[in-house]
Amino acid sequence: MAFEDQRTTVYKVDPEHPESESLPTLRTEELLLNMGPQHPSTHGVLKVILELEGERLVKSTPVLGFLHRGVEKLAEDGTYHQFIPHTDRLDYVCAMYNNFAYCRAVEKLLNLQVPDRAEYLRTIVAEVQRIIGHQFWLGTQALDIGAMTVFFYCFRDREILLDWFDELCGARLTTSWYRIGGVERDFTPSLLDKLKKFLDYFPPKIDEYIVFLETNRIWVARTKGVAVISAEDAVSFGLSGPTLRGSGVDYDLRKYEPYSAYPKCEFSVPVGKNGDTYDRYWIRVMELYESVKIIRQCLEQMQEGPIMADVPSVTLPPKERVFTNLEAMIQQFKLFSQGFNAPPGEIYCGTEAHKGELGFHIVSTGGGKPYRLKIRAPSFIHMGAFDYMSRGYMIADAITLFGTYDIVMGECDR
Amino acid sequence: MHQLAQRIQDTFPVGFLSSTEWRGDISVTVTREKVHEVAQFLHDDPGMDFDYIVHVSSVDWPDDEERFEVVWEFYAIRKRQRIRLKTRVPESDCIVDSLTDIWKGADFMEREVYDMMGIRFRNHPDLRRILMPDDYTEGYPLRKDFPLRGKGWRDTFDFLDEVPR
Repeated sequence: MAFEDQRTTVYKVDPEHPESESLPTLRTEELLLNMGPQHPSTHGVLKVILELEGERLVKSTPVLGFLHRGVEKLAEDGTYHQFIPHTDRLDYVCAMYNNFAYCRAVEKLLNLQVPDRAEYLRTIVAEVQRIIGHQFWLGTQALDIGAMTVFFYCFRDREILLDWFDELCGARLTTSWYRIGGVERDFTPSLLDKLKKFLDYFPPKIDEYIVFLETNRIWVARTKGVAVISAEDAVSFGLSGPTLRGSGVDYDLRKYEPYSAYPKCEFSVPVGKNGDTYDRYWIRVMELYESVKIIRQCLEQMQEGPIMADVPSVTLPPKERVFTNLEAMIQQFKLFSQGFNAPPGEIYCGTEAHKGELGFHIVSTGGGKPYRLKIRAPSFIHMGAFDYMSRGYMIADAITLFGTYDIVMGECDR
Repeated sequence: MHQLAQRIQDTFPVGFLSSTEWRGDISVTVTREKVHEVAQFLHDDPGMDFDYIVHVSSVDWPDDEERFEVVWEFYAIRKRQRIRLKTRVPESDCIVDSLTDIWKGADFMEREVYDMMGIRFRNHPDLRRILMPDDYTEGYPLRKDFPLRGKGWRDTFDFLDEVPR
């Protein structure tokens, strides 16, 4: 296996040339190299101290926390609704999925049923966000390791969806469109049209991305057999999402603990075999096709109906009623200034975001604010495996590693 | 009582304290001394098979005698079940066994708990601060007695004067 070779050739005498042992040796010493925090390929402010033997990595120590903003502490000081915009800033390239994961966690705490149409809307937007996330990943990962063209193609198509988000909720990146108990507003006919057009336009473009990358010999050489992790280790490290599935573990919360409209859709979960960077790339690209499939099915099955659960003590009134009706305005005001009373208890709710399992562990003692809110951020946990996965590879492969986790520092440092 | 919790109680009649099931989440509280044994059992026993560590968290209850609560969440990928393991730690002896030898991923997660809540982990290979700076001396930010705006560390920063025109 390529993996074994890469690790052993550094240290062992070549068995075919035993005389090499008696050759005069040069004085060698390990070199410490600081990579980051200002490095274009670290996707934010991440520093890694690399211990090098020649150009091989002996040990790497990630230094995190440059983007630490104390989000968990802030959560304890605001109401449940007020925390939604903070979740946008966790994984700022995929804000919708963070909102989704958080709202689901609070709904689990409150035992709140979300109406059917809202579930479909949520699933559609979440999958659109997954497409955006994977496009972003594909573009930047390829750019980092020397394939430039696909970056422009990915970002061109991503732009269409970001404009679609802009029309949906008025923001491109920090969206805050999900609400506890439903969503903020329904699709307009124009949005539906644009989405349907995109679904027809997009699948041929995925084929294009694939052609660009897989005919690029440099890119293939730098991904195949690089940053391999076995299934057992990946599970032990708590990796999740495509990073875990690349090693052949079929763990996807959309299938394991079905939520929202996913159980009503038919889709498959691509699983890799070798656990290398290439397999993880392949999974993400296949997920693009699956996302398109899920969105199509949701659009077909979606029926008219309310988009917000009708629990006045928790959920927000419709906007048009807030402007015309006194009671609705009072309800809105009270919910945003005082929040609602959550029952005392403790829950953990994990959601399959495009990077992996994004979970919220909420402890409530009653009242309008969470007593403790812990975010299980996939990027942070993936960085835990960085040292293990990087040993024996070249410096340049460290870049591949950052990329293969799809790391976003806003989420990693919180 | 859920059968998972029941099995833990049967296997560890001494260490087992309580179990709850709320909103579908099973959670088991054990004594601090037994945490490592129970975790090993959860990981190794074929009926349990919790091979995946989800997260390590901590809760501060300043009014309680044993002030801190450490929370582990495990998932069994093959059996598709979830369990939460909890234990209490007093402030005076703020240390609990590390589970890094069972789940490799516990390394960073426990470092975060140490950084944020100040709970130490026995036998952890590299227990340093992870999110806060290494030379941060003001304590542990997620404790309830830590003010939201910090303890004034930021006020000591040097600011550049306005450039005179």
